[in-house]
Amino acid sequence: MNTLLLAQDPTLADFGRDPWWLVLIKIVFAFVFGLLATLLGVWFERRVVGYMQVRPGPNQVGPFGLLQTLADGLKMAFKEDILPKAADKVVYFFAPVISVVCAVTALSVIPFGPMVSIFGHRTPLQVTDVPVAVLVLLACSSLAVYGIVLGGWASGSTYPLLGGLRSSAQMISYEVAMGLSIVAVFMTAGTMSTSGIVAAQGDATRLTIAGVEIPAPGWYAILLLPSFIIFFIATVGETNRAPFDLPEAESELVAGFMTEYSSLKFALFMLSEYVAMVTMSAVTTTLFLGGWRAPWPITLWADANTGWWPMLWFFGKVLLLVFVFVWLRGTLPRLRYDQFMRFGWKVLLPINLVWILVLAGLRSIEDWQSRDRLLATAVGAGVLLLATLLWPSRKPASKPTPQEQADNRPYGSFPLPPLDLQVPPSPRTKRVVAEREPANIATGSDSQEV
Amino acid sequence: MNTSTVLAAAGQVSGGEEVTFWILAPLALIGAIGMVWARNAVHSALFLVLTMLCLGVFYVLQAGPFIGMVQIIVYTGAIMMLFLFVLMLVGRDASDSLIETLRGQRVAAVVLGLGFAGLVGTGLYRALNGVTAVGLDQANAEGNVQGIARLLFTKYVLAFELTSALLITAAIGAMVLAHIERRKEDKMDQVATMKARFRPGNYPGPKPGPGVFATSSSVATPARLPDGRLTDRSTPAILPQRELTAEETTLKGTER
Repeated sequence: MNTLLLAQDPTLADFGRDPWWLVLIKIVFAFVFGLLATLLGVWFERRVVGYMQVRPGPNQVGPFGLLQTLADGLKMAFKEDILPKAADKVVYFFAPVISVVCAVTALSVIPFGPMVSIFGHRTPLQVTDVPVAVLVLLACSSLAVYGIVLGGWASGSTYPLLGGLRSSAQMISYEVAMGLSIVAVFMTAGTMSTSGIVAAQGDATRLTIAGVEIPAPGWYAILLLPSFIIFFIATVGETNRAPFDLPEAESELVAGFMTEYSSLKFALFMLSEYVAMVTMSAVTTTLFLGGWRAPWPITLWADANTGWWPMLWFFGKVLLLVFVFVWLRGTLPRLRYDQFMRFGWKVLLPINLVWILVLAGLRSIEDWQSRDRLLATAVGAGVLLLATLLWPSRKPASKPTPQEQADNRPYGSFPLPPLDLQVPPSPRTKRVVAEREPANIATGSDSQEV
Repeated sequence: MNTSTVLAAAGQVSGGEEVTFWILAPLALIGAIGMVWARNAVHSALFLVLTMLCLGVFYVLQAGPFIGMVQIIVYTGAIMMLFLFVLMLVGRDASDSLIETLRGQRVAAVVLGLGFAGLVGTGLYRALNGVTAVGLDQANAEGNVQGIARLLFTKYVLAFELTSALLITAAIGAMVLAHIERRKEDKMDQVATMKARFRPGNYPGPKPGPGVFATSSSVATPARLPDGRLTDRSTPAILPQRELTAEETTLKGTER
């Protein structure tokens, strides 16, 4: 079983050996996956949000409204492409292109599956992998800011500029939290290549309790739960999705950075947003949810992680995460900008740093004897518990009663109605009822007035 | 260790590397020249981004994938982004003026720059001509990232820590300089604002609009309170108050 798993796991040496046509097939597959995911993703989001708001959502074009996005895209292509007079033409043209290129490029280092055989070639289901593949992902997401910021700046009007400024501040801040939560993954996996991280999540430690062998979870979502939570929150901030969609807050900024865009350029921005959502879900799956590896009940079937099946598990996990994105959008209201920034810098960042410190401590005592290790962990946990228990709690000052507050007001204060004021019923209401003429109700159905 | 590392260690240049170099090198040069020549500050910054991206790819080509990616993430993604942020705040029409304040400055700068580039170029060429690179194989033996990590945390750990201390000092200094000290009692929360509004002697209602109950619609005309008094709360502090005299308000006899 173990040797079989190892044979399925691609290593870095397996990359860079494909013939050119296989490379082309893989690249086209990743690109088409991004486009199809957008087409279906928009439909999926509208249907799910519609279901959450107790309405049908798009259901007219094609079966279940599946072709609605295609129809919208075609319509968008035939719209007039408006170039604002104050726009910076070259930058205005390139901004949506940068967005799309960055979003799609990130898909190239995502492992879709293990080693498979394509036309007789043993090859990993991944376009490419490098020793620093996760840094490639980070680079793509940090360059994607340029598309939004330049689009906002080049439009030459106020709302897009404000949206662009917001997004640059937002994405830089949340990139810090995101990068720090990946650090925990690096420390545990010992590699930065995406296929290596997936492989590291596969070899789970096996606990033997009372003769029954139980595979302990190897997914980093469980082992590194704080990192996973922070990473996912940062991902939502990075993709400008609700509740962090401040760069395109429609109640404040019309449509933010894409206010002036129309026709195909607008379509490109929409495309990049949805591709980024899918890409980020795929990255989260790869880093924290075991990548293409099957979850527990399926692993009882021995062939679950071989051949083409893992692609199905991978798509299932990505779909689940996309659903969470949509769920968040359907549930949470938008944060205020200062709350959002405070959350990123004052909550996510410190928690992340402390967690990395704890993790580093746990890693450094890993080769101790189990008794010493237990002792060190217990001492640390005990100190933490004592500190929590003995932390001086701030007692709330006793609040003066309303009567005391009223008595303590200085002379000449604004007049205050009596606290026990009871409003008597207005005598006018009685008179109006008494004076009204009795209504002349005609019998018969034909004289009914609606 | 991948093939590019082997090739670079052997002093050879693979075909793909050569093609990439000859595509990206002109682009990097265009970016560098465009950065100096562009009138608009944002265009200038974008040309610099182009050069930095090309540099990042060059690092990757030279068997240094980590430094290449860090170049793209840190320099292009964060530092240039902050540059752009500031430039956008300054305004989109912040173009350079073409007036020379120092006479002949531009010619002198071009001559000196070309001379410096020539000196550095020939110096490097003479120093490195015929030298074969050795040691890349050993440096990347455990992998590029691990090699850098080993050096950073063993041989250069003191320099690394000092640099980080310097950076932290700079960051804290910037925060201290930009920080506005506000004492706790100066902060007005909602309760304090409400209490200040209803304190004795303060009129809690909205300020009267200028020209209301007055004989003129000018903003310089003070408003009248319901009891007939004039109030200066409706006029801006910098405007001279102007109330029409009785003579001005009487009819001029033109209606007849």
